[in-house]
Amino acid sequence: MIGVGKAKQYGNVLDKPLSRGRQEVSLSAFAFLFSELVQYNQTQVDNIAELERRLEDAGYAVGARVLELLCHRDKGNRRETRLLGILSFIHSTVWKVLFGKVADSLEKGTEHEDEYMISEKELLVNRFISVPKDMGAFNCGAFVAGIVRGVLDGAGFPAVVTAHFVPIEGQQRPRTTILIKFAEEVLRREARLG
Amino acid sequence: MASTACFVIVSKNDIPIYEAEVGTAPRKEEVAYQHQFILHAALDIVQDLAWTTSAMFLKSVDRFNDLVVSVYVTAGHTRLMLLHDSRNEDGIKSFFQEVHELYIKTLLNPLYLPGSRITSSHFDTKVRALARKYL
Repeated sequence: MIGVGKAKQYGNVLDKPLSRGRQEVSLSAFAFLFSELVQYNQTQVDNIAELERRLEDAGYAVGARVLELLCHRDKGNRRETRLLGILSFIHSTVWKVLFGKVADSLEKGTEHEDEYMISEKELLVNRFISVPKDMGAFNCGAFVAGIVRGVLDGAGFPAVVTAHFVPIEGQQRPRTTILIKFAEEVLRREARLG
Repeated sequence: MASTACFVIVSKNDIPIYEAEVGTAPRKEEVAYQHQFILHAALDIVQDLAWTTSAMFLKSVDRFNDLVVSVYVTAGHTRLMLLHDSRNEDGIKSFFQEVHELYIKTLLNPLYLPGSRITSSHFDTKVRALARKYL
């Protein structure tokens, strides 16, 4: 029966403990939910840029919450004040909690000082999605880019975050790269903090 | 012993999202405005201080006459600020930690817009109960 469980019934959500809870969520359930999210947004917009922006906004809301929750639960109430700190927080802690593994790689951009890239061979959200040719460079990883942007923005590191497909020789499916471009003020503050 | 204590939660965009007078002293109208003013004036100091340390509890950051401002900064740069005249630092730290947990639970609600006012009366009741317990 729905609603009958062994857990103690709490009167209000504020009384429930912030425990670790169950670590696993069904992948199929998430894939269905995510595909429905994408399809719903497809009916609401006229072009691809708008669709990517909507997915990013959905991810942004997740990122803001994930930042607070993980800093409290996994990091024992330590905030991140440095650039490399917040990037490695995203690369390992956030990725581990959301996708069950750390991200494949974290690289610094070579052309510009303010660019960093998190790469993943196959993003979990893209696993069951194939993009038709006429949609061009559309990437549902925009949702994950939104999550990263939410975390960075919440922590005080405003950035423009986008998801790109990077074709790799020898593999059929391209690698996905999350490109993070920090705002001017972040670099200035980093320089000031030394 | 009567104590004055004014508690405010200020969001990342410097907008107060929750405020409560939690002291045991009888509430006076004129003083309430002054409390808000003092807390707002302390925001600048908090902003500079927040980037120098990775701890969340910033202890006391500012003084006004015999009132002290203590601040706790969360990961999302939401500031929990308390204006008080007592010196019970451990009690204040525990109070902040408990309210921080309540704040996270409020934030996890997908229908709550981060940075908007916290209007839940249950939240209010719990904060006041925590204040009576720790302050």
